[in-house]
Amino acid sequence: MTKNIMIVGVGGQGTLLASRILGNTVINEGYDVKVSEVHGMSQRGGSVVTYVKYGEKVFSPIVDRGEADVILAFELLEAYRALPYLKKGGKIIINNQQIDPMPVITGAATYPENIGDKISALCDTTIVDALSLAKEAGNIKAVNVVLIGVMAKSTDIPYEKWIETIKTTVPEKFLEVNLKAFDLGYNI
Amino acid sequence: MKKLLLGNAAVARGAYEAGVNVVASYPGTPSTEITEEIVKFEEIYAEWSPNEKVAGEVAIGASIAGGRAMSCMKHVGLNVMADPVFTVSYTGVNGGLVFCVADDPGMHSSQNEQDSRHYAKASKIMMLEPADSSECKEFTRMAFDLSEKFDTPAFIRLSTRVSHSQSLVELGDRADIPVKAYEKNPAKYVMMPGNAIKRHVDVEKRIADLIDFAETTELNSVEENGSKIGVITAGIAYAYAKEALGNKADFLKLGMVYPLPEKKIIEFAKKYDKVFVVEELDPVIETHCRALGVEVCGKECFTLLGEYTPAMIKKAVLGEELPEVLTADEAIPVRPPVMCAGCPHRGTFYVLKKLGLVVSGDIGCYTLGATPPLQSVDTTICMGASVSAAHGMAKAQGAEFNKKLVSVIGDSTFMHSGITGLVDIVYNKGNNTVIILDNSITGMTGHQENPTTGRTIRGEATKQVDLIALCKAVGIDRVTVCDPFDIKKFEEVVKEEVNAEEPSVIIAQRPCALLKTVKYSGTCKITDKCKNCKMCMKLGCPAITLKDGKVVIDATQCNGCGLCINVCPFGAIEKEEN
Repeated sequence: MTKNIMIVGVGGQGTLLASRILGNTVINEGYDVKVSEVHGMSQRGGSVVTYVKYGEKVFSPIVDRGEADVILAFELLEAYRALPYLKKGGKIIINNQQIDPMPVITGAATYPENIGDKISALCDTTIVDALSLAKEAGNIKAVNVVLIGVMAKSTDIPYEKWIETIKTTVPEKFLEVNLKAFDLGYNI
Repeated sequence: MKKLLLGNAAVARGAYEAGVNVVASYPGTPSTEITEEIVKFEEIYAEWSPNEKVAGEVAIGASIAGGRAMSCMKHVGLNVMADPVFTVSYTGVNGGLVFCVADDPGMHSSQNEQDSRHYAKASKIMMLEPADSSECKEFTRMAFDLSEKFDTPAFIRLSTRVSHSQSLVELGDRADIPVKAYEKNPAKYVMMPGNAIKRHVDVEKRIADLIDFAETTELNSVEENGSKIGVITAGIAYAYAKEALGNKADFLKLGMVYPLPEKKIIEFAKKYDKVFVVEELDPVIETHCRALGVEVCGKECFTLLGEYTPAMIKKAVLGEELPEVLTADEAIPVRPPVMCAGCPHRGTFYVLKKLGLVVSGDIGCYTLGATPPLQSVDTTICMGASVSAAHGMAKAQGAEFNKKLVSVIGDSTFMHSGITGLVDIVYNKGNNTVIILDNSITGMTGHQENPTTGRTIRGEATKQVDLIALCKAVGIDRVTVCDPFDIKKFEEVVKEEVNAEEPSVIIAQRPCALLKTVKYSGTCKITDKCKNCKMCMKLGCPAITLKDGKVVIDATQCNGCGLCINVCPFGAIEKEEN
């Protein structure tokens, strides 16, 4: 069976690195993998969606509505937007951070209240304060690796395999912070 | 060795393994990373050219001289390159020549949704279309061989989901292919009527040969699953169809989308109760089938618009409904892309909006000047059009219109095709004001060097185009350099230049905030002097938001550029060093 993971967030939050760490970890486990990214316009603070799919043989790089086993959301509103993609019985991990989109900033729209509670009432939800954990690890930019840590715990891929990939994907000078960030996420 | 590679990286790998010598491109999403990956191979000469036409001609020259050459572009880049393409189809090649074009169904980062397969047919150049990274590598490698074998350039057609998806690729070694000898051959390479008439005969013969090749090549493969449903498809649409239908259909997967086989399609279609053609965008394969008298279900079952999904195909072919899904029972605000915190363009558009000017826009990050709250840009058509279209606007509306009209164009886009428009303004007695948004880099596509940055694609120092001298040389006497973050000064300059009785250029100079060389420090903070006038919110900075009705600056978003400090009438914003 193919496992479908969807990573959503706001351009600039580091979702791309998260999807690459995930993709490289699962190939080392011998799976066929497809990782779909979108570059360009979507990175300028817009909604960013990446998909990681793995299994015996994967054809389509995209995940359809109702097909994600896991949604890893870097931001509350983006979690809410991605909800229709969650499979029945799927799991959503949400970073408890609010980033106002421009229509909210200009007053053309309002940011929905209590998104975390509303999603929790509908499906298996884990809410994480990844920003605080990233600060604790030593760099607020490590939010993505904290969240990968949280997700890693819910897979059957061993801890060491994740560490191996982080060591090969993350630049040397950020390695210590990122390993710490991963552990803080993994052990919540 | 198997490696997880982006489709674009796999194209670069394929070119490397094919022994490519010269790669020249202009950046454009979703094609940019191909050339960026090429740079990682020291054996290959690579360059960012000023535009796609130049890039294509560099590759053509390299091929004529005997090297293997490639040029990569986005779909609209192929429009810019189209002129030489139609003629190099006649000359054919010496070294293998590949043009790699990336379409953008769904318009993730583009101004239109054109289907570049039409170019293959119109220019009579063969086109291969891979469905994943492994095929990206393999098809690119093969394209060089086929180019030399059939004496033709070859297109590789990608789409966003192929370019920007990673999948597994088996790596091979670089072929040892020496650069061929150059031999003067005017009958082949001088395309004046007498020679071109003869070459056209060769082109038609070549297409006939390629159709024969299409009937037998493994690029076009049949996958039998014992189904009563037949599916003819290509590229990413194959991946979606295969995922959706699995063994519930038989497939004719076309790896070569021009020229298309004839007998193969007729033979395949015969075997099924119903045949579907699954292809994103235009009905290219479908039209071909119908011309062969093959009855298929195409665009009456599938849309002409945007990207497909497996679910869409499942519904159209098998009649399976979509699963029930969770939804929010309230409106979810959209999150469109915005100019980054610290973006130098923000100052420019703040002033242009304040002055209520008509803004003839262009292609780049600054296209976002059209979005709320700045909403300053009036038009965006294509690279360079900001300058020439503004000239046309003033010719239609009369000279007075120039007093409320400006063009905005980035440094890289100006070099791409803005300069010719500026020459036109001077030559034909226009009186426009052109603002060159010089942020020291090609921004939108992710920081590529260009002729104004003083660095090559490999980061080596090179001669830098002097924008001031260039504008003066074409006859612009009024050239002013101004920092768009100095709001007051910038406003004065714009007012003065639009009112001047001769054409002018303003170079709005401030580097992209995301460049490593730009070091803003600290974060901005609202103090208790704030009267909540919301003047700063007119900047449309993603870091400035309202919390319980009060203006606040989100420290995780702010990069300390300080533009908001310059617009606050009460001195209520201060810089806080971290």
